[in-house]
Amino acid sequence: MSTFVKIDPTQGLDPFKSVKKIPLEEFFTSGHRTCQGCESALLMKMMAKAAGPRTIVLGSTGCMYVANTTYYSTSWVVPWMHTQLGSSGSAALGTAAALKVLMRKGKMKKEPINVIAFCGDGGGADMGISGISATLTHPDYNCLILMYDNESYANTDIQLSGSTPWGANTTFSTPGKVKRIMHHRWKKNMAGMMAAGHPTCRYVSTVCMSYGLHAMNSMRKALAIGGPTFIHSLDPCPKGWDYDPYLSHEMGELAVNTGIWPLYEVEDGVLRLTGRTQQIAAGKIRRQPVRDYLTKQGRFAHFTSDDTDYFQSKIDEMWTKWLFPGVIPFHKELEADNPPE
Amino acid sequence: MAPVATAPVEEQRKIEETALITGSEAIAVACKLADVDVITAYPIRPYDTVMQYICKLVANGEMDCEYIVAEGEHSQFEIVKHASACGARVFCGSSGVGWMYAMEALTVTPALRIPMIAMVGNRALDDPGAFGVEHNDALTVRDLGWQLVWVDSAQEALDTALIAYRVAEDRRIFLPCALSCDGAFLTHSQSLVNIPSQEKVNQFLPRYNRADLLLHPDNPITVAPQGNEDWVMEIRRQNYAAMERTYGVIKEAYADFERIFGRSYGNPFFEEYMTEDADIVLMGMGTLSTPVKVAIRKMRAEGKKVGFVRLRWFRPFAAEDLAKCLGRFSAVGVIDRDYSFGSPYLGGVLAGEVRNALYPSPGKKPPVLDFIAGLGGREVTVPDVEKITASVYQAAAGKPQPLTQWIGLRE
Repeated sequence: MSTFVKIDPTQGLDPFKSVKKIPLEEFFTSGHRTCQGCESALLMKMMAKAAGPRTIVLGSTGCMYVANTTYYSTSWVVPWMHTQLGSSGSAALGTAAALKVLMRKGKMKKEPINVIAFCGDGGGADMGISGISATLTHPDYNCLILMYDNESYANTDIQLSGSTPWGANTTFSTPGKVKRIMHHRWKKNMAGMMAAGHPTCRYVSTVCMSYGLHAMNSMRKALAIGGPTFIHSLDPCPKGWDYDPYLSHEMGELAVNTGIWPLYEVEDGVLRLTGRTQQIAAGKIRRQPVRDYLTKQGRFAHFTSDDTDYFQSKIDEMWTKWLFPGVIPFHKELEADNPPE
Repeated sequence: MAPVATAPVEEQRKIEETALITGSEAIAVACKLADVDVITAYPIRPYDTVMQYICKLVANGEMDCEYIVAEGEHSQFEIVKHASACGARVFCGSSGVGWMYAMEALTVTPALRIPMIAMVGNRALDDPGAFGVEHNDALTVRDLGWQLVWVDSAQEALDTALIAYRVAEDRRIFLPCALSCDGAFLTHSQSLVNIPSQEKVNQFLPRYNRADLLLHPDNPITVAPQGNEDWVMEIRRQNYAAMERTYGVIKEAYADFERIFGRSYGNPFFEEYMTEDADIVLMGMGTLSTPVKVAIRKMRAEGKKVGFVRLRWFRPFAAEDLAKCLGRFSAVGVIDRDYSFGSPYLGGVLAGEVRNALYPSPGKKPPVLDFIAGLGGREVTVPDVEKITASVYQAAAGKPQPLTQWIGLRE
């Protein structure tokens, strides 16, 4: 990095060695109104714990704003501020820039403060993608953008986003008599896109709260490494995906084990598959059929076997045809795409 | 380059100078003097010249700030909004549809009580494309809690920027202020400007203190939670009260400005030109003042007693003062460099506000004619002003005139 870029020191957070080493102190506590089985709320709680008390959190509009911060009953122990739906990138950048300059000018006590801006998949993969992308190109600001992906606009009635999986039933893609599949777009690959498109961004990863320790350590790494970083978390959502809330944890495991949700990190440009995904790639465990995942969720209840087969074929393609399996959809050769009629 | 003798720091801080600079450059100098912490830039003409000057100041080491080039106006305004919440003094700006692109951020900024100072290089809104001045861009935020001020010279731009920081960052106010400068006529026109010393600026402008609203781990507050019907009305009322207080705080700031810098603007809210003995007056905002003042001097030589009232502060709108002032004349001609299609009597924004201000006034209520002129940067000429004046005189004599007239229109 050239001498024109000055990165301030971070808190240098080390990974938690085991679940037992995680502190008991909470920074996201009671007062919120999230649904039973909400994995995004669990992500918030563990994010705050992973970052610790010297942290500023910015939250863009979405479930984790509306449900968590009812006036006079905020669940945040750390300082928290709302930002607009498409502004997580800008919120992180503005906050980090203010801390940096005020400390440099002696207008604020010097200390490393974590800056985390979170957004949902609507705020991140749709509306806020340009701001997030811009922030990831600014090497001199320490901040983490965390996208909690419950695969729909879950706070506004479950409408499809650019991150909703193919074919899912949402209130904007309700199957009908003539058109069974109203959502025929493939889910955006946010983490892969952020990693591939921002060469100076030092850390990008995918996580899932079914693997909580892994997720927390990924967040700690993202905060410790310096510069802007990005984490994409897949958060099963009982309301939006239509399953019994007690299955949330299992749903996340299934997403990983079926290969639908690959876990990986890109650290200083080095790609590393992590967790169960690494074992799948190494041939130590077999990928489960996607049917096991799809049939447990009401949002896929209208799928015919053709639809399930097509879904399976696209996941197989990720693993067998992509140059970087499960990460970036660059193929070795031209492939035909034949969605069911 | 030959070595330059530099004065010691204490001496440098006392240096006052005169420079030939544009309106945009004057505001850049004000940002330097105000020691602004975070500045975000995004290109759109004509405001962006201010960011070009600031870039040079930063690159030359004359100014220490985070100078961030954003990827769109929405981000541009969001970035500084968040920086301000963390205690940084901020500056940004835009023009025309760029300002509109930032609209969501512009909406939440006063709601969050963020004392952001933004320069609006007034520009016609698309479509069709036009670089020239119209006031509709800045006026779109008139109901949201933004303070809005129009200036008509580079000197006034510099001075008003300092005043705007002082007022906006006052804990009684904490509201943003948009500093409107007519595109090209002011942003790109040079004039001699007195640049005050750093010492005097420091005396006038205290450091921004976010106080109890600071977003910091030592003050772990939750900012802008979900309020709903339980509390939103009370929160709106707080903004109402803050805006109500601006009137007094602006007066204080101008008085202090005069005391410290020795330059007086008289009534802060509007400038009166040759009104003392005037029969009728014209009214407008921004650089319209140049052709209007020239025309008035010409008409005065012909024996017509015409005056001019140039409104500076549109928000807060000094309604009582203005009604009292306008009550002295037998007719008023408002020149609107804006439009408000379908509004009462199909007039512009300013004329509507002026009539609104006059209606409850206990004093005399002169007829108010509205003239839509100079849209898209079209020049308002001396003959245009003479034509306007003739119609206003007719109204003063009790002869019915159209309430809204388009001036300088090709028909």
